[in-house]
Amino acid sequence: MSIPTELKYTESHEWVKDNGDGTVTVGITDHAQEALGDLVFVELPEIGKQLAVKDACAVVESVKAASDIYSPLTGDVTAANEALDGAPETINEDAYGDGWIFQLKLSDPSQLDELMDAGGYEQLLADEG
Amino acid sequence: MGSRTPLFSEHERLGARIVPFGGWDMPLHYGSQLDEHHAVRQQAGVFDVSHMRPVDIQGTDALSFLQRLLANDVAKLKQPGKALYSCMLNAEGGVIDDLICYYLGPNRYRAVVNAATADKDLAWMHACLQSASVGINSRDDLALLAVQGPEARAQAASLLPVALREPALALKPFFATEQGDWLVGRTGYTGEDGFEIMLPAAEVVELWRALLAVGVIPCGLGARDTLRLEAGMNLYGQDMSEEVGPLESGLDWTVAFAPRERDFIGRAALEAQQASGELRQVVGLLLTGRGVLRSHQPVLVNDQPVGEVTSGGFSPTLQRSIALARVEPGIGDQCAVEIRGKAVPARVVKPPFVRHGEARIALDDQDARA
Repeated sequence: MSIPTELKYTESHEWVKDNGDGTVTVGITDHAQEALGDLVFVELPEIGKQLAVKDACAVVESVKAASDIYSPLTGDVTAANEALDGAPETINEDAYGDGWIFQLKLSDPSQLDELMDAGGYEQLLADEG
Repeated sequence: MGSRTPLFSEHERLGARIVPFGGWDMPLHYGSQLDEHHAVRQQAGVFDVSHMRPVDIQGTDALSFLQRLLANDVAKLKQPGKALYSCMLNAEGGVIDDLICYYLGPNRYRAVVNAATADKDLAWMHACLQSASVGINSRDDLALLAVQGPEARAQAASLLPVALREPALALKPFFATEQGDWLVGRTGYTGEDGFEIMLPAAEVVELWRALLAVGVIPCGLGARDTLRLEAGMNLYGQDMSEEVGPLESGLDWTVAFAPRERDFIGRAALEAQQASGELRQVVGLLLTGRGVLRSHQPVLVNDQPVGEVTSGGFSPTLQRSIALARVEPGIGDQCAVEIRGKAVPARVVKPPFVRHGEARIALDDQDARA
């Protein structure tokens, strides 16, 4: 199970990468993709959409079930990973890289400090058993 | 913690994701459900289905008992080894369970029932028993494997007890052969050729390991579900239940109304349903818009609800989303399915979707990949 130390994490198993320019990239963690199983469909957020923290903004569907993806932060959607449309399995294969889902321009970059770091997320997984 | 089959530690050792199912802890997949699905369509896979329950029904009144208990007519079974698929109904015509019944020889039958309903089924069988000349024996001492796929019979046959090898390879579809406590049937739940094997629980680990050693792929309940959906086969509790009977579940072909004098449980209720008018029907759906069909999504025609999805999912073979749906009769060949508040277009098709590795419905090139 991989938990890169340079990323931030949510309790709903999204990862957040600070791009350093007021935007972040968001995806789901290795743990999440493994728990979901083979992914077969991704519904991406619309570019320009305004999101608040914990807004359901995208959907990933595995062979098993549909799961909501929640916005980790407040901001506007600036990009969505269209390549996932034809290849949702990319999330299974490269959850932290080519399997990214969308990018946000943050309304309040200080919100980043409220997210978990890798150690906190590792503890969360341990607590969830 | 649920019940465990004799193969539980084998599943754990293979890294299976274990999930609760019908009171049992069962493997969902061993890594990739999609790979397991394709293995069964293209080569051979093995499923531990030891959670299912064989029930022996024997005695001089076994035939007449089963003719009353089951909606299909076991008197059709003339040759020893022949099997029959049937619903077991309640008096209201609802489905208590669906099962396979094997005719093993004069006065000897074996039913195989679903795991989640096994205790309920046995209680019902005993409640329906009116003769002292029928014995009902739950075979908890047996394990079950399903070996399925185009290469399944060839790969499994050489691993059977010597006396069963030739008779097993000579089986016609829906026939079984037995030797001691081993029973091999050319049956399955995937739409592929293969065997279902019942054997003493103490011997199943050895057979499982031998199958894996010759390259048969271990497959979990996840692939079992997508395979049966592609094959257009019903799942008890989802596509039919005690509330919805066989005539509205696409299972009318399994109800033997002839001979007219056979008074099976539920017959009067089914005849009343037939007389009362328009029954809902089960159709196949191929999603042409984007998304994945799931149970209970509403089916719409002209924005009006006409039914709902009973089993839906992603078809790994077709690379599209497919479903079984229960709808009003005569809805035509186009509809929509409501997915997260949006009406997504779908085509009405006749199941099965896939048989023997091949698509059985036309795929339009314009149809979106799910």
